[in-house]
Amino acid sequence: MNPPLLQVKHLRIEFPTRRGILVAVDDISFDIAAGEVLGVVGESGAGKSLTGAAVIGLLEPPGRIAGGEIIFNGKRIDNLPFEEIRKIRGREIGAIFQDPLTSLNPLYTIGRQITETIETHLALTHAQARARAIELLNEVGIPAADKRIDHYPHQFSGGMRQRVVISLALAANPKLIIADEPTTALDVSIQAQIITLLKKLGREHGTAVMLVTHDMGVIAETADRVAVMYAGRIAEIGPVADVIHHPQHPYTIGLMGAIPNVGDNNERLAQIDGSMPRLTAIPSGCAFNPRCTRTADVPNQRCTTERPGLMPAGATRAACWLHAKQYVKQNEALPV
Amino acid sequence: MLAFIIRRLLQSILVMLAVSFIAFSLFNFTGDPVALMLPPEATQLDREEVRKTLGLDQPFYVQFAVFVQNALQGNFGISLRLGRPVSQLLIERLPATLELATTAAALGLLIGIPLGIYTALKRESWTSNLLLTGSLIGVSLPNFLIGIFLILIFAVWLGWLPSFGRGEVTQLGLWSTGFLTESGLKALVLPAITLGFYPVTLFMRLVRAQMLEVLRADYIKFARARGLTNNAVYFGHALKNTLVPVITIAGLQLGGLIAFAIITETVFQWPGMGLLFIQAVQFADIPVMAAYLCLIGFIFVSINLMVDVLYYIVDPRLRTDRAGGH
Repeated sequence: MNPPLLQVKHLRIEFPTRRGILVAVDDISFDIAAGEVLGVVGESGAGKSLTGAAVIGLLEPPGRIAGGEIIFNGKRIDNLPFEEIRKIRGREIGAIFQDPLTSLNPLYTIGRQITETIETHLALTHAQARARAIELLNEVGIPAADKRIDHYPHQFSGGMRQRVVISLALAANPKLIIADEPTTALDVSIQAQIITLLKKLGREHGTAVMLVTHDMGVIAETADRVAVMYAGRIAEIGPVADVIHHPQHPYTIGLMGAIPNVGDNNERLAQIDGSMPRLTAIPSGCAFNPRCTRTADVPNQRCTTERPGLMPAGATRAACWLHAKQYVKQNEALPV
Repeated sequence: MLAFIIRRLLQSILVMLAVSFIAFSLFNFTGDPVALMLPPEATQLDREEVRKTLGLDQPFYVQFAVFVQNALQGNFGISLRLGRPVSQLLIERLPATLELATTAAALGLLIGIPLGIYTALKRESWTSNLLLTGSLIGVSLPNFLIGIFLILIFAVWLGWLPSFGRGEVTQLGLWSTGFLTESGLKALVLPAITLGFYPVTLFMRLVRAQMLEVLRADYIKFARARGLTNNAVYFGHALKNTLVPVITIAGLQLGGLIAFAIITETVFQWPGMGLLFIQAVQFADIPVMAAYLCLIGFIFVSINLMVDVLYYIVDPRLRTDRAGGH
């Protein structure tokens, strides 16, 4: 088996503040295979966007990578000098951000911004770069691309602008795209179009996508695998169908229960009591333990004293002591 | 574009009318001109006669219309102090002030903007901190004090540069320039630095603040994520966005430098309009004051018009030919 395209190992992101160091992402590990779509879900502040920013070396100071490794294509990239990581950005790893309205420079035509990106990374003449830009715009579904290329960002609608942003991310044909909430700022009707487009382009170009979102519906439609983040840690990671239909971590179970179904006639949606802890007050042990209804099922109050790592749980892997072998035997029969 | 300019022009005309009205009102605050012109023994009939020939028997608005009509032809009357046509005086003095003000503005832009960019990009370096502290002095020290210090150091102690006057000037048609002679350039140095000190510090702080703001923008983050070089991000993407609001301030500053060169001109006995104006104030030389007021108003209005057009050219969002959109 080929080594994965992206490996994140024990990544830790810290923010030094006057009142001590805040750990925003704490020891997370995951892989993305070539051409695979990994969804990363979680509440605001769970550390999902930071993880994406860390991969392309764009953490905003004072945020910093305090531990772990990021390996891309077999090469460690988290400690590269500026010029080296710059050449990877856009060329090997593209990025799409949340707000297409502010991602484009208002003073330049979209054509200038696309050709500039192409010329930075590929050895093409200006005319060739422009031809490629028109081709890209066509590909992302901008009608009359040869005319629209000379328009300014404000002359496009939100959905169209996000298409332009996608064409910018694809400009140098990267192997991985980090899409940070690519549809959050868009109308619901446009969201589906953008997601479909992203999925289609990823498939056609063989591009892997790290899709950061808090929208479970988007994940269900797009992702191959999904990582659920909670308070800077991965709570559960696995194939998307398994995580959705047979979640193993109590947090994921609560999350899935909170998604409304058309046709259900519940008076109230299920909810998880409490809220995600602040970075300054992450409880010891499992970060979810104060809200968890199952802590009593784990002996010796282990949930509040020892942090669980990811362990095999059903078809996924979950960071929950319920799935530690010795307790699983007590609680339910293991299929051997 | 054309409609935009026409709209701005109409607004400018309104502003100019208001300014000339204020200038015109000056005449009515200084008593009856007829009483000043005629000897005390003149008869009532003589007074009526003079009043009639000068048009002072006409109603207020007719007099104003005549004033505006004359002003449009460049006729602002005769200076009470110097006994020469005011327009001629102003034309003689205008080049000195414009040369001083544009040199000071050029200093402000050419030194202030690069320093602003530097202090924004090298935020932590001690040179930036030094420059910022220094700029506080520039913002808070009054103009004339800087001028006097400069005279003391470079004219009195070191004797390198002249302390007053404009040096030798060359006449190019109506325009007299000090740019072409050595003594003219030497004489320009101290006044230009005095007048340019504030714009330098102002532009530095303005550009720095604006640049820091722009560098936080999403499109800068996205430009980095596209793998653009630092130079492309800073000078291709950030700088242009930084300079858009700077255009406005630069325009206002140039107008301000022309109008408020008065103090610097007084300190250095610079033969410009400001000096002319100060002397006119001391002698209650109303026609000169009124003309000066109108001219400064005109300069401000023209600069503002240019700034608007420049904005229009720089920022595509202001152009109204919207295509697509929601």
